[in-house]
Amino acid sequence: MKLKSIFASTVAAVALSSAAMAADVKVGFVYVGPVGDGGWTYEHEQGRLAVEKHFGDRVETIFQESVPEGADSERVMTQMALQGADLIFTTSFGYMDPTINVAKKFPKVKFEHATGYKRADNVSTYSARFYEGRAVQGHIAGKMTKTNKIGYIGSFPIPEVIRGINSAYIHAKKANPNVEFNIVWAYTWFDPAKEADAAKALIEQGADVILQHTDSTAPQAAAQEAGNVITFGQASDMADYGPLPRVSSIIDNWAPYYIARTQAVLDGTWTSTDTWDGIGPGMVGIGEISSAVPADVKAEAEALRDALASGEYHAFTGPINKQDGSAWLAEGETADDGTLAGMSFYVEGLTGSIPQ
Amino acid sequence: MNLLGIDPILLIASLMVSATPILLAAIGETVVEKSGVLNLGVEGMMIVGAVVGFITAVNTENPLLGFLTAAIAGALLSTIFATLVLYFKSNQVATGLGLTLVGLGVSALLGKPYEGIKSPTIKSFEIPMLSDIPVLGPMLFSHDLMVYISILIVALVWYTLKYTRFGLILRAVGENHDAAHALGYKVIRIRFMAIMFGGACAGLGGAYISLARVPQWTEGMTAGAGWIALAIVVFASWKPWRTLIGAYLFGGITVLQLNLQAAGVAIPVEYLSMSPFLITIAVLVIISARGNQGAPASLGRLFHASS
Repeated sequence: MKLKSIFASTVAAVALSSAAMAADVKVGFVYVGPVGDGGWTYEHEQGRLAVEKHFGDRVETIFQESVPEGADSERVMTQMALQGADLIFTTSFGYMDPTINVAKKFPKVKFEHATGYKRADNVSTYSARFYEGRAVQGHIAGKMTKTNKIGYIGSFPIPEVIRGINSAYIHAKKANPNVEFNIVWAYTWFDPAKEADAAKALIEQGADVILQHTDSTAPQAAAQEAGNVITFGQASDMADYGPLPRVSSIIDNWAPYYIARTQAVLDGTWTSTDTWDGIGPGMVGIGEISSAVPADVKAEAEALRDALASGEYHAFTGPINKQDGSAWLAEGETADDGTLAGMSFYVEGLTGSIPQ
Repeated sequence: MNLLGIDPILLIASLMVSATPILLAAIGETVVEKSGVLNLGVEGMMIVGAVVGFITAVNTENPLLGFLTAAIAGALLSTIFATLVLYFKSNQVATGLGLTLVGLGVSALLGKPYEGIKSPTIKSFEIPMLSDIPVLGPMLFSHDLMVYISILIVALVWYTLKYTRFGLILRAVGENHDAAHALGYKVIRIRFMAIMFGGACAGLGGAYISLARVPQWTEGMTAGAGWIALAIVVFASWKPWRTLIGAYLFGGITVLQLNLQAAGVAIPVEYLSMSPFLITIAVLVIISARGNQGAPASLGRLFHASS
């Protein structure tokens, strides 16, 4: 009798303590850069921390940083799934196929892939309409440039980056018809030395505005060193580099989405979805426009931001031709999400070709 | 003077800057490997040098002091590797990889409060007389001090290895440690010094990235430069001046392709990005066809005095 009761109470105690210890849901995050990159990965990490803060003990999070895109990421995701993760966020475009592959092997685990377009029953995709922010940047860039040359550091020639280039160009051109874009592909998301070299090469070619679609703050430092060059924070505010060279920024705000999706898993209401939010719902933020920007330009930029947020203006509104001169959007027509999601062409006026 | 819309003066000048970190790391590793030790921890020592140099420079507002402490930090970190490998006979490959991981972790920890801070920049040092020469002056003689120091280190390593007694002993240790030991040379001590020298050079290279080339501190900012340095040592078949050529070739093509793109030249980027690696493979094939890779015979082998 006595032995039995001891045994029973032990079992109960163990069950209790493990219930108290183990969270209801385990969420994994796969990052392409280090959490201290000051840009893209940093903001995803802020989202993860927000999830931890919001749910407390109910949710446990795990993450792995600097995971190369490709086969290695499959290993990391598999490991997370085996560790018991219920929900895994894979936060770079290059994780698209690996995410789909791993998701097939773990049908009960939910996956969320950022910036991609392949979905499955247990794979959602989510992205932000960064191109809305690029429109605001393009406007400021067009107004501010004195050499009429704008340098653009691209990472990889994928739709997300091409959309940003097009959006920035269209609005820079509207603000200043003489503007020219020089585009450099760095073929990396994160390599501060190379990003700085790219910025320097563009500055040597006469660019006095640098837009970047890579993740570190290195181009900001290079611009500061050169002087008389303005930049924009990418993914994160990069306010340390204001008021010059950084005059504004695009800020990614993933926290509300991560919290909502984690909640859905907790409630058992998670389904595969495709989310693409912009300035309006707050997934894309425009960082403070610094004092280096003249008041009238600032006011115009803010008006543009608000029009994009309310939906009264779309960043891709016709007439817009493709680079080869063929018509894309007629007067007043706006681009549909399908075309935007797979965008693989430059708009008219941009020079050079997109690497294949 | 313009070639394809690129100013060659600016191109060569920025090529030298972008090649300096890998040159420093590669010349240090050349000495380490010449003594018969393979240290794969270059990346780790570089990034620790980058963060320590940055922290010192920010706090003292003296970039040169930053370089000095970076070299010391790299050398200190390498003593961990040296102790494990030389005294505890641990596997060199595994220990070196471990050193890289330790370096990345330690630097992230140390650097946290320094993200987004600006460092005092190192001034360019125009060599009197020489910098006034048209074209060549701004191209070669108007850099910051570290660019010249890196070339000076290459020259010193070359001279020491080739013409001094110490260089001969170091090479003997690397070629056949048992014979060197039998002749009474202190194999362990010589290797320990070589490893520390390699660590100091890697630290300098890392600091050059965080203090001159970028200049800022970002976690993981060396982004594989240490591995390229290791490749360059092999590419150069363990010869100091070829290390210089290799580093400038790698650095040069990286900068060249970015400049070509910025100038809007229609050369496919993919080929340019690939070219340093293609050239390395071609060089390795040519070298091995000639039958002598130049690798020190005792490279990577454990040394035990009793055997």
